[in-house]
Amino acid sequence: MIAHAIFFYTFSIIAVVSAIMVTASKNTVHSVFFLILDFISISCLFIMIGAEFLGMIMLIVYVGAVAVLFLFVVMMLNVAQQKNQWFAGQQSSKHIPVGLIISTLIFVEVIIVIGGWKYKPEIFDINNSIAQTSISNTHSLGQILYTDYIHVFQISGMILLVAMVGAIVLTFRERSGVKRQSYIKQISRERAEGVEVLEVESNKGVKLDD
Amino acid sequence: MEYLGIFFQEVYKILFLIVPVLVSVAMIVWLDRRVWAFVQKRQGPNVVGPFGLLQSLADALKYIFKEIIIPSSSNKVIFILAPIVTMTLALIAWAVIPFSATQVLADINVGILYLFAVSSLGVYGIIMGGWASNSKYPFLGAIRSAAQMVSYEVSIGVIIINVLLCVGSLNLNDIVIAQQNMWFVIPLFPMFVIFFISALAETNRPPFDLPEAEAELVAGYQTEYSGMMYAMFWLGEYANILLMCAMGAILFLGGWMSPIDVYPFTLVPSAIWLILKILFLFILFALVKAIVPRYRYDQLMRLGWKVFLPFSLIWVVLTASYLFYFNLLPVN
Repeated sequence: MIAHAIFFYTFSIIAVVSAIMVTASKNTVHSVFFLILDFISISCLFIMIGAEFLGMIMLIVYVGAVAVLFLFVVMMLNVAQQKNQWFAGQQSSKHIPVGLIISTLIFVEVIIVIGGWKYKPEIFDINNSIAQTSISNTHSLGQILYTDYIHVFQISGMILLVAMVGAIVLTFRERSGVKRQSYIKQISRERAEGVEVLEVESNKGVKLDD
Repeated sequence: MEYLGIFFQEVYKILFLIVPVLVSVAMIVWLDRRVWAFVQKRQGPNVVGPFGLLQSLADALKYIFKEIIIPSSSNKVIFILAPIVTMTLALIAWAVIPFSATQVLADINVGILYLFAVSSLGVYGIIMGGWASNSKYPFLGAIRSAAQMVSYEVSIGVIIINVLLCVGSLNLNDIVIAQQNMWFVIPLFPMFVIFFISALAETNRPPFDLPEAEAELVAGYQTEYSGMMYAMFWLGEYANILLMCAMGAILFLGGWMSPIDVYPFTLVPSAIWLILKILFLFILFALVKAIVPRYRYDQLMRLGWKVFLPFSLIWVVLTASYLFYFNLLPVN
């Protein structure tokens, strides 16, 4: 258990410190790097409590895809103006009360959920049914997700699809005058449309209509 | 005391895995250059040692004695971290590769997801290096590579789903054992081809080496790197290529299993079979590098999103329907 505790406190301290650094660092790119560190340590914590599937999915989806796109956008913002400072200055301190209120709210919510789980376990019977079975984490997740919660699962998938299509529709603009490669056109080109053999009289030239 | 014993045992196991991987990375750099040279009717590196086998050692020595230059306007911490991240990520993935039914460092339940996660983290080394250099060409290279690797990861993920449908487990040893009767390369051959091409794109190999295109980006994210830090990027890249080959061998070519289950073949240790399969895939990688010209960037994106992704998604539906209709779904 000592090794377990050592690993737990290492990962959780890294997670908390990097979460603070996300907001405290001046440079936005540094913030995103700390966010990535936070995601990675959280997924390590997931793996430690036996939720290896969630941990890996967290790594793949958040770190491997979402954070890359974050970084992509943030790096594009203003490369020249970014200062190599590690901490934010004094001027940003007026936002602290708002942040404190929100974080207190979230903290209270988490306390309520964990307290309910701890002292009234019969409310959360789903959680207990997972813990009692001997099959692996991935199997039990699939068995619940694709049977009891299939409709919720499908609806959340549809919502994501609609959001994606909506984002594409909002940003898509048909631009005219852009030269675009059409593979079918290129492949189906015949010699006759590309090359024309002409008899050119000397000193007359030839007029091509194009 | 007890923990110390376990600790040293694990360290011994890890060293026993990492040292051969590093040595073979050095060797395949030589192999890559040799194959490349033979295709072009050259000799390639053949001076240092027998057949030039020690060329990579000579190169490593050269890199060690070169000065490490850190640009004054760079972001120093991230600049130094970037090659270390690349190298570390390329090495930690080997923890789950099974060399036989028992010879595996960590036989975890979600082995294939771990491999996929680690290979999707590989992009960070490149982005960090490109951004921290604070220079135009590395930055352009990093942005190109970020877009490229994220795009091709999607199709690799869908291809993995194809294999998982046939196996019914995320464990790498289970995936190998499921191919006992038939390697997945036969029923899923189109997926194998797409996996191979996506692996080329994922590891920034030619014809998809746009992040480091010498002609237009002066080696992309590596421009500002020198000496040992450049060598680490380089080693990490080749370790990633080896890893992708190992992944292909495990997913499609039966991993550590011998091709036919009869007497003289079963004598060969299973690790040898895996190494031979990895080498086969790597020589294919090297041949592709030698014979295919570089893609244009828009063609690369089109191939990833408009060709590979829909095709592999359709193949998922086909595989699932086939397995369901003939009642072949692996249920355990």
